[in-house]
Amino acid sequence: MAASTDQVVSKCIDGYGSAIGMPQLCGDWMANQVFWLVVTLVVIFIILSRIALPRIAEVLADRQSTITSYLATSEELKSKAEEAERSYVQALNDARSEASRLLDASKAEMKKELQSAISKADAEISVKVSESEASIAEIRKNALSSIEKVAKDTAKEIVSALGAKADAKTISTAVSSKMKG
Amino acid sequence: MAGTAQPSEKSDGLVFHPMDQFIVEPLFGSGPIYWYTVTNVTLWMGLSVVALVLLMLVGTSKRALVPGRAQSVGELAYGFVHKMVEDVAGRDAVPYFPYIMTLFMFIVLSNFLGLLPMSFTTTSHIAVTAVMAIGVFLAVTVIGFVKNGVGFFSLFWISSAPLALRPALTLIEIISYFVRPVSHSIRLAGNMMAGHAVIKVFAAFAGVALISPLSVVAITAMYALETLVSFIQAYVFAILTCVYLKDALHPHH
Repeated sequence: MAASTDQVVSKCIDGYGSAIGMPQLCGDWMANQVFWLVVTLVVIFIILSRIALPRIAEVLADRQSTITSYLATSEELKSKAEEAERSYVQALNDARSEASRLLDASKAEMKKELQSAISKADAEISVKVSESEASIAEIRKNALSSIEKVAKDTAKEIVSALGAKADAKTISTAVSSKMKG
Repeated sequence: MAGTAQPSEKSDGLVFHPMDQFIVEPLFGSGPIYWYTVTNVTLWMGLSVVALVLLMLVGTSKRALVPGRAQSVGELAYGFVHKMVEDVAGRDAVPYFPYIMTLFMFIVLSNFLGLLPMSFTTTSHIAVTAVMAIGVFLAVTVIGFVKNGVGFFSLFWISSAPLALRPALTLIEIISYFVRPVSHSIRLAGNMMAGHAVIKVFAAFAGVALISPLSVVAITAMYALETLVSFIQAYVFAILTCVYLKDALHPHH
């Protein structure tokens, strides 16, 4: 670079430090470029083939195998989840049918109990009814005989009050026949 | 660095030296450049090695299952080149993957480092790209003969073409085969050199106040284009290497 004004450094650079023609065609520099290029390429090749490329290949393979194993695991978990869902649905259906069975059974039982209670009540009611009927009949009979007696007495009193004479037998017969008719 | 244009005191006009950024010079002192001299070529190639170590060794040192940024880029580069070798050259070309990865990483890192202001672009020199292209050419030819023996010549004898055309096609195929290293190397060096020189020319115009805004816009646009070209040229170099390797492994059309 430090080209003094009147001195030509090489046949490719003029006195002002500028290139004469194309520097690419300057033969003086080619050996230098070729030498350093070969050194550089050898260094790059060694770095790449010894360390960098095997390392990257390993990283990529690791990643691929990790992804594959993760996929397999997720597939397995998915099938497990499906299995769990299936058993859950199964249990739900079982419980549902069990519940409806229990419901039916308890309904039938209740019906039966109700039926027996009703029939028992009916029986009790009919007993009560017949008792009542009997007592009513009794009461009626009593009432009838009381009424007959009262009627006979009243009739005897009326007859005697009217001044007629009548025996008790005739009056009671007459009252009885009147009451019947 | 060489990128700084030396303003010439003698002339008053618009002076720019777009090629000065490609000058090779000693890092320490000034003197003749021998093959072992430590030069700016050494510095920028060394920096590409440093960048490679940072990206591919330091970045991946954690071997994280879920990669961070640097490791992601390293893995991306690995996957990109590995897939390219596998798709273009076939499965039996995978043993040559580290060689192609070496070329790709060197070129892509050198190209990107060359985009830094004041830097020296090692891949803009035909001497550098020619060595890589000739290396690929020789390696591919040797692999072709070792793997296929004399059968490698079937690359030049196109059995699917009509018999009358075959001698002519063979001539064309042989010429194109030997032109490969030339196009392979000049494509990369030419692209890098041209882009940097154009940026430099635009930069010189920035000294004129009237057109400096336009110049800045043009530099920005060229820089974006050069960023794209830096990657694409590394990709093209690597994919052509794969194509040549495929021809060597499977010479039958």
